[in-house]
Amino acid sequence: MSAAPPLYGLLAEFDRPEDLLAAAHRAHDEGYRRMDAYTPFPVEGLAEAIGFQRNRLPLLVLIGGIAGALVGFLTQYWAAVIDYPINVGGRPFNSWPSFIPVTFEVTILFAALTAVLGMLALNRLPMPYHPLFNAPRFALATRNRFFLCIEAADPRFDRDGTRRFLEGLTAREVTEVAH
Amino acid sequence: MELNGSGTSRPPHGEPPIIGPGYTYASVTDKISVFVLSGETPRGWFIGFALAFLLFMGLLYFVAYTVLVGLGVWGINVPIGWGFAIINFVWWIGIGHAGTLISAILLLLRQHWRTSINRFAEAMTLFAVSCAGLFPLLHMGRPWFAYWMLPYPNTMGIWPQTRSPLVWDVFAVSTYATVSLLFWYVGLIPDLGTLRDRAKSRLGQVGYGMLAMGWRGSAQHWHRYETAYLLLAGLATPLVISVHSVVSFDFATSLIPGWHTTIFPPYFVAGAIFSGFAMVLTLTIPIRTVFRLEDFITARHLRNMANIMLATGLIVGYGYLMEAFMAWYGGNRYEGDMLLNRLTGPYAPLFWSLLLCNILVPQLLWSERVKASVPALFVISIIVNIGMWLERFIIVVTSLHRDFLPSAWGMYSPTGVDWGLLIGSIGLFLSLLFLFIRFLPMISIFEMRTLLPTPEKAHAPLGPRAPSPAAGD
Repeated sequence: MSAAPPLYGLLAEFDRPEDLLAAAHRAHDEGYRRMDAYTPFPVEGLAEAIGFQRNRLPLLVLIGGIAGALVGFLTQYWAAVIDYPINVGGRPFNSWPSFIPVTFEVTILFAALTAVLGMLALNRLPMPYHPLFNAPRFALATRNRFFLCIEAADPRFDRDGTRRFLEGLTAREVTEVAH
Repeated sequence: MELNGSGTSRPPHGEPPIIGPGYTYASVTDKISVFVLSGETPRGWFIGFALAFLLFMGLLYFVAYTVLVGLGVWGINVPIGWGFAIINFVWWIGIGHAGTLISAILLLLRQHWRTSINRFAEAMTLFAVSCAGLFPLLHMGRPWFAYWMLPYPNTMGIWPQTRSPLVWDVFAVSTYATVSLLFWYVGLIPDLGTLRDRAKSRLGQVGYGMLAMGWRGSAQHWHRYETAYLLLAGLATPLVISVHSVVSFDFATSLIPGWHTTIFPPYFVAGAIFSGFAMVLTLTIPIRTVFRLEDFITARHLRNMANIMLATGLIVGYGYLMEAFMAWYGGNRYEGDMLLNRLTGPYAPLFWSLLLCNILVPQLLWSERVKASVPALFVISIIVNIGMWLERFIIVVTSLHRDFLPSAWGMYSPTGVDWGLLIGSIGLFLSLLFLFIRFLPMISIFEMRTLLPTPEKAHAPLGPRAPSPAAGD
């Protein structure tokens, strides 16, 4: 690092999702790993292009659903069989078919909560401050522009070399993002 | 920002497009966010909101009156213990179902046309469920003990009876309300980010910024986001079917003639979707006209919704037919008498009006000319809303007012407080909708962007199968 102000990374702006996708592939081929792409809507294949592979959310949701099923059923079992058994017309205390609707609803509830909270947690949201918001044009990432940011933390990052690389792509503009 | 406001033109062949021609990522964003971000609020909004809020104040008055005086101010009596409260509850919760159908089931079925109506329909679900939840709470008579329905260790040493469908209802409806809220909020997050970045006022930037939770559209975030959204859709689909099934169990697991039938769950679910689509049409038709959204909510959307209404209406008709057939074929004289009482008894005029509203009038939707006429669709949708409310009235009242012993027969008529609560709940629903339209994007902006071709080709004619830059909207 030179004496220049601390840098978060270099941000390249593109007009079209196809250009960004191609640029992301090029950057990955070039050996860059600490980077991310920012788009106003989901672009298919982009996460894979920047080298994102493991999505643990489905597993978490499955675990959440199973936990919900267990909590739902066992709570009813505890109430109806152990803690407060009532003889209803001679039916068995563990009248499990009538426990299914509540078990089902609690399963869905837990799985849905895990899906949302899990997505937020894995995405590290809420995060009110992020260096990228320092870049004035980054506001367009939620409107009509597509961005690729190669972070200064990447071992292959070089202020001038990386800038030349990004400018060689079809970027409209390459800007520095302050930390 | 100039917009191409020309109407939708039907391409020479194939289905009409689901978005008007000439839009770009920027213009779609601006057109939808302008209602929220422009400083001035149209005068019509204030008038509409004032009227809705007046009705909502009426609701608060009648709720307070009911709680202070007691349930004796309602029309319910000994044979007819369920009255308006349960009728309104089933009606409202049914209306909510179309929102989940549009947002979850049509998403899983890859019906891209759902995009422009899904946010709005989800909001409708949420508000309808809020109205629905009010009625069983009040019907308990002492709503301040509502928490007794939840299983929690308490000093009384007792638990809710989870073998009862009424307790299933508590779980089904509260889960439904929670999941609908989550689904709606998750769908909003990227658009809240857009509003944060587009807002001019400090209040807007901070307010929408807090709600957007720092969303920045990262590719990794989108990846998990789409997974979460798809999983939520997959979870909401069986949920929505379970909710109205459980509501129907309240009736079907009893021994009352006319309720004790196995067709209730599927027929309630179909009826819910039927009435829900009617409500979506009732609401979207004025909104697309007032806000000039004809390019986003096109003739094709209205036509598709009319088709779903027609199809579910026919399922409901089949339900009525089977109910009557089983009452006769089952050979149970109480069921038979109940049917005869519906057809010819004191409430027969309501029964025949319900058949007119729910079965006869929707048959007009077979005609392409009717489906192309916006005023006709609006009128039919209102008729179906009324018809579905009448259906719940007939189910609740005709079965209860004459059951097994003539000595226990009675009649039901609602009081002014009953009507006040029904009309007031419509006020609550509309007030929430007016606030939603003003402060949140009523169409999903990021999903609309995925319907567009890439910028260079933005002016080329756009067919229904135009290449979409993203698959998983």
